[in-house]
Amino acid sequence: MNARSNILRSAQIAKAARGEVSESLWRQAARRFARNKAAMFSCYTLVVIGLASIFVPMFWPHGIEDASWEYIGTAPSLEAWHWFGTDANGRDLLVRVFYGGRVSLSIGLLTTLVALCIGVTYGSVAGFIGGRTDGFMMRFVDVMYSLPLLFFIIILVTVFGRNIFLVFLAIGAVEWLTMARIVRGQTLSIKNQEYVESAEAIGMTRPMILRRYIVPNVLGPVVVYVTLLIPTNILIESYLSFIGLGVQEPLTSWGLLISQGAGQLDSAPWMLFFPATFLAITMFSFNFIGDGLRDALDPRQR
Amino acid sequence: MLNFTLRRLLIAVPTLFLIGTASFFLMRAAPGGPFDNEADLEPQVLENIRAAYDLDKPLMEQFVIYLGKALQGDFGPSLVYKDFSVTELVAIGLPVSAKLGFTAMLLALLVGVAAGIVAALRQNRFIDHAIMAMAMTGIAVPSFVVAPLLALFFGLYLSLLPVAGWNDGAWQNMILPVIALALPQVAIIARLMRGGMLEILQSNFVRTARAKGLNETRVICKHVLRPALVPLVGYLGPALAGIMTGSLVIELIFNLPGIGRYFVQGALNRDYPLVLGVVIIYAALIIFLNLLSDLAYAGLDPRVRKSYR
Repeated sequence: MNARSNILRSAQIAKAARGEVSESLWRQAARRFARNKAAMFSCYTLVVIGLASIFVPMFWPHGIEDASWEYIGTAPSLEAWHWFGTDANGRDLLVRVFYGGRVSLSIGLLTTLVALCIGVTYGSVAGFIGGRTDGFMMRFVDVMYSLPLLFFIIILVTVFGRNIFLVFLAIGAVEWLTMARIVRGQTLSIKNQEYVESAEAIGMTRPMILRRYIVPNVLGPVVVYVTLLIPTNILIESYLSFIGLGVQEPLTSWGLLISQGAGQLDSAPWMLFFPATFLAITMFSFNFIGDGLRDALDPRQR
Repeated sequence: MLNFTLRRLLIAVPTLFLIGTASFFLMRAAPGGPFDNEADLEPQVLENIRAAYDLDKPLMEQFVIYLGKALQGDFGPSLVYKDFSVTELVAIGLPVSAKLGFTAMLLALLVGVAAGIVAALRQNRFIDHAIMAMAMTGIAVPSFVVAPLLALFFGLYLSLLPVAGWNDGAWQNMILPVIALALPQVAIIARLMRGGMLEILQSNFVRTARAKGLNETRVICKHVLRPALVPLVGYLGPALAGIMTGSLVIELIFNLPGIGRYFVQGALNRDYPLVLGVVIIYAALIIFLNLLSDLAYAGLDPRVRKSYR
């Protein structure tokens, strides 16, 4: 191990002497990621879905609540701009699917942000302090882990009403556990690495060490986990909305649309097909990106 | 080992207490009561109803009464399903949910393990890619999309199986819900199994086994399969929790009289005792099964045992 890193180091020095600047770790990872076709395609797909969710509801000729009497439960057609058909109230499904995308995606992103903040703070504090405090904090995480968290989310939602912001908070507040474990484990192992010691020895300041060594090394696994947590949280929201405890009318989300579509599957199958397809594509994309990032950031890949 | 078991059991009791306490006070902190909808009740009548459910007493007293009864297995009367106590509802629903859950678990293990083994043995071939693509689909397409599609296709179009209902657990009625419930777990187990197999296949002792001239079947059955199955034991607890939560939607979709359906109805109607009771019972069940799963894992893998100390 040591010999190997010495060889790597001397190769780098030789390169530097020849005037070539060696690529940073992130550059290399980015290049590896760009070679991964499935992951890159997923990125483009997500960008398209995201942009469509933002802009389509703004410019589409139908609003999400415009009910039309002539088009009740019509199948998808190019006529009258009902490309995805209409629901039982004659509301245009296309605009509702993209509007639901707004809600589902923003819930996925915001809940993950909440989980990220709590998890990173908790994990890094536990890992950095270590000792008794660390033991206690992690035991608490263990206890939380053994609980049926979805049931806990349902209690929170039951109690505080079916408010969309509470759905955000409730999901974020219980989904930080794995994040905390990852960050704590990384912090703990990096803190004691020889290169950190040597950096201290040559007089690097704490913030410099943090920026140069700790953050980049913790960041990798966190980024991977974040891309996998977003779809998980979107799924939880859909699940809650499906059983009627999440997003409520007149607001809509993919989960709510799917639940309405499932109820009318035999008479209006398109009502399930479109929201379910968009949800599935989004899930696929995030999972491919997560896998791609893991492969790109894993140093053993080189 | 004994030490570990005892310590885990000792943690389980305060954990359950904590869950009960937190849930109780959260429920009571909620704005609006379960009787708010019955608008035209006389104030006196409302007062009597509240008194009958102890809702007029101070909060702490309610809590103590609740705890005392809960310890004896009495979670109070359901507020929505009148004439039923929570314990009775659980007694009605649990056999249904348990039968559903365990069948799904069994199916998930059988199919998931088999698929994982095949994928690992044919790594990077067509069948591996096909299985992994299907596993990804199982993870990306939620069960509440799969379940209605299954019901539509097999129930309505082909008329092979009943669309919904329980019918006292007849096997025809079980097939679709069990498949819908098992699919996400099949996907996860297949991925886990494949990963475990690939790791073991690269290890030195497998190379040794091959080098000394064992045929491939013997290498796989004797040396690879057993260690590759060990991590799965540790996943049994989470898998069961996943099936329990999945069971909520599946019971709703197929209209099965399990705990999940009562729980969702209770949550939608602010039936505090029902929601509380079910959460506490499920939490106890999950903690216990997690413990079993961890113990088995530690029993099988000495490295894990060491890390528990």
